[in-house]
Amino acid sequence: MPFLRKLLPKRSLTSTLGLALLLVSCAADGGGGGLQSQKIDLIKGRAKLICGVDGKLPGFSFVGSDGAYSGLDVDVCKAVAASLLGDPAKVDYRDLNSSERFAALASGEVDLLSRNTTETLSRDAAGGNGLSFAPTTFYDGQGVMAAAGSGVKSLKDLAGKPICVESGTTTELNLADRMREIKATYTPLKFQTGDQTYAAYLQGRCLAVTSDRSQLAAKRTSFPDPAAHLLLEEVLSKEPLTPATTNADPVWSDAVRWSVYALMQAEELGITKANVAAKLAQAKANPNLADLRRFLGVEGDFGKTLGLPADFVVKEIAAVGNYGEIFDRNVGPGSKLKLDRGLNRQWSKGGLIYSPPFR
Amino acid sequence: MADSTPAHPPWWHNRRLLPWLVQGAVGLTLLVVIAFLLGNLVRNLSAAGLLLSWRWLGQPASFDIAETLLPFNASEPYWRGLLAGLVNTVRVVLLGFVGATVLGTVVGSASFSSNALVKRLARIVVEVIRNIPLLLQLVFWYFVVFLALPNGAEAIQLPGIVLAKSGLFLPGFEAGLHWSGPTLVDGIWQAPLRFTPEFGALLTGLVVYTGAFIAEVVRGGIASVPKGQWEAAASLGLGAFESLRRIIIPQALRVIVPGLNTQYISLAKNSSLAVACGYTDLYSVAETSLNQTGRAIEVIVILLAAYLAINLVISLVMNGLNRLVQIKER
Repeated sequence: MPFLRKLLPKRSLTSTLGLALLLVSCAADGGGGGLQSQKIDLIKGRAKLICGVDGKLPGFSFVGSDGAYSGLDVDVCKAVAASLLGDPAKVDYRDLNSSERFAALASGEVDLLSRNTTETLSRDAAGGNGLSFAPTTFYDGQGVMAAAGSGVKSLKDLAGKPICVESGTTTELNLADRMREIKATYTPLKFQTGDQTYAAYLQGRCLAVTSDRSQLAAKRTSFPDPAAHLLLEEVLSKEPLTPATTNADPVWSDAVRWSVYALMQAEELGITKANVAAKLAQAKANPNLADLRRFLGVEGDFGKTLGLPADFVVKEIAAVGNYGEIFDRNVGPGSKLKLDRGLNRQWSKGGLIYSPPFR
Repeated sequence: MADSTPAHPPWWHNRRLLPWLVQGAVGLTLLVVIAFLLGNLVRNLSAAGLLLSWRWLGQPASFDIAETLLPFNASEPYWRGLLAGLVNTVRVVLLGFVGATVLGTVVGSASFSSNALVKRLARIVVEVIRNIPLLLQLVFWYFVVFLALPNGAEAIQLPGIVLAKSGLFLPGFEAGLHWSGPTLVDGIWQAPLRFTPEFGALLTGLVVYTGAFIAEVVRGGIASVPKGQWEAAASLGLGAFESLRRIIIPQALRVIVPGLNTQYISLAKNSSLAVACGYTDLYSVAETSLNQTGRAIEVIVILLAAYLAINLVISLVMNGLNRLVQIKER
């Protein structure tokens, strides 16, 4: 209420506090940025990053038999926690379904949404969901899975048949668009959670189930007989799966964005979990390696300009490894899913993974 | 001066004014609170650049709905989709009323049966059903009962009726007033009248759950009729069923009807659990719309208004019925 605002000199109070903090930080590290980010202060204050994940998707975010989360999406959470707080274990995970995820992010219940979320215009736009997307961590496409014995070979074979789909997802819309294109009627059976969707499919209520191809491949590994289900060749859409924050705090969004880019840049530079310490020693010893020194925070102030510690890249790579290692461990050859890198190769190898320069 | 008592007591003792003052103060406080909440909402929304807008209702929904009474396809606007969802909700609610009332009356009356087995059984069924959460029951009916049915040629077939995994198929008139039953075409059942397993599971779940509560309401109503009425009916030579129908139920109704109102309203509200078994009701359509448009507040307002309207209509009808069965003093 306006009169309350007049009563409390809030702005002058915060600016005084900010000035005091600024002075303290200048005294502590000898000059540099006085970045204002409520989100970063909040996360540092509670010493925990709260990360929204799916929680039921092998390879992306899944709770193992030991109760620990693992997966590609989870490793992004860990990387961000390591870069900001210096410790990949300082993460609280919240399982969110596809309908809850944006409300949870907008209300501040989670700091970061790393939940196989497709980046789209309406989700990014300030007049839409108002999200701020980090770099895409998995380029995917929508696929269709059907039982091997069902005789379904293409989308056309599904005309007039029931198809299971999770409600509130982009896949639900793409399915409607594609079926309209080929002028086929169909029956969408919508369920609120992935578990219900796949249960109805396995019970034989639907002839096929549609979702991101990686998700179908991941879920198939937990089916009683994975070999009995086939992914159709057709790819229905582009699904760039991307971590997201909100437009509310640009400083925090940038910190997340470059924490993710660092994983990709590290792969390009050949810095791995195993050799990051050696690379750091090398950079410290040799002042001529300017690129490496800047990237690892030995010189320059990249970390500080983002509101992160100077050595955030080192902390991240030491915690989870580079992007290639994360991919291989969770969804690639080192996992049950055994997905091909495909579009997710480095740009230098014909893929789409491309980090802008750290400069 | 001392004995000149005032003709009127002071205003703060005025029995007619005071209630008005109190009511006014409470009303004013309420208005201020509502104005504050609304102002807060509008200010924060406009700060976020998200002022309420209803234009999206006219845009194409671009999602399909599995089963509708109102014809609907993906190129039609959101409001048509929401309307189709509302019709689906009303459909399951109305059929639910009929089913739950019949089931409740039968089970409720059965607990007064002279047959000990029937009596005990009715009590056990009611206690079991009443004490298991509805959501679990819906998941049970859908995944364990309806989706476990055989499909295709192995489906359960009675003359003119087929019960398969893909639904319940009934005979009816097709185009040209030509009576026809379910037929198997390429391993898929087709019939003039079809209920999907999603609808079946939701309706069964709601009928059984609400039926158990209505059974208790009916039992309470019958128990409220004095024992002497039973004895009087018996002395006239009426049997158990006849005395129930002609003597007891008419008197019990005036206790039963207000209780029924509550059960009907909770049935209408519980129908929003349809998402658990894949039935596309109003809530399901609204949820999809919310995710497509990001218009959370507008969608929630529509949902609130729709369920409020449904329940107010139910209350109105039930209050009318209540006046009908009350004792008329002449």
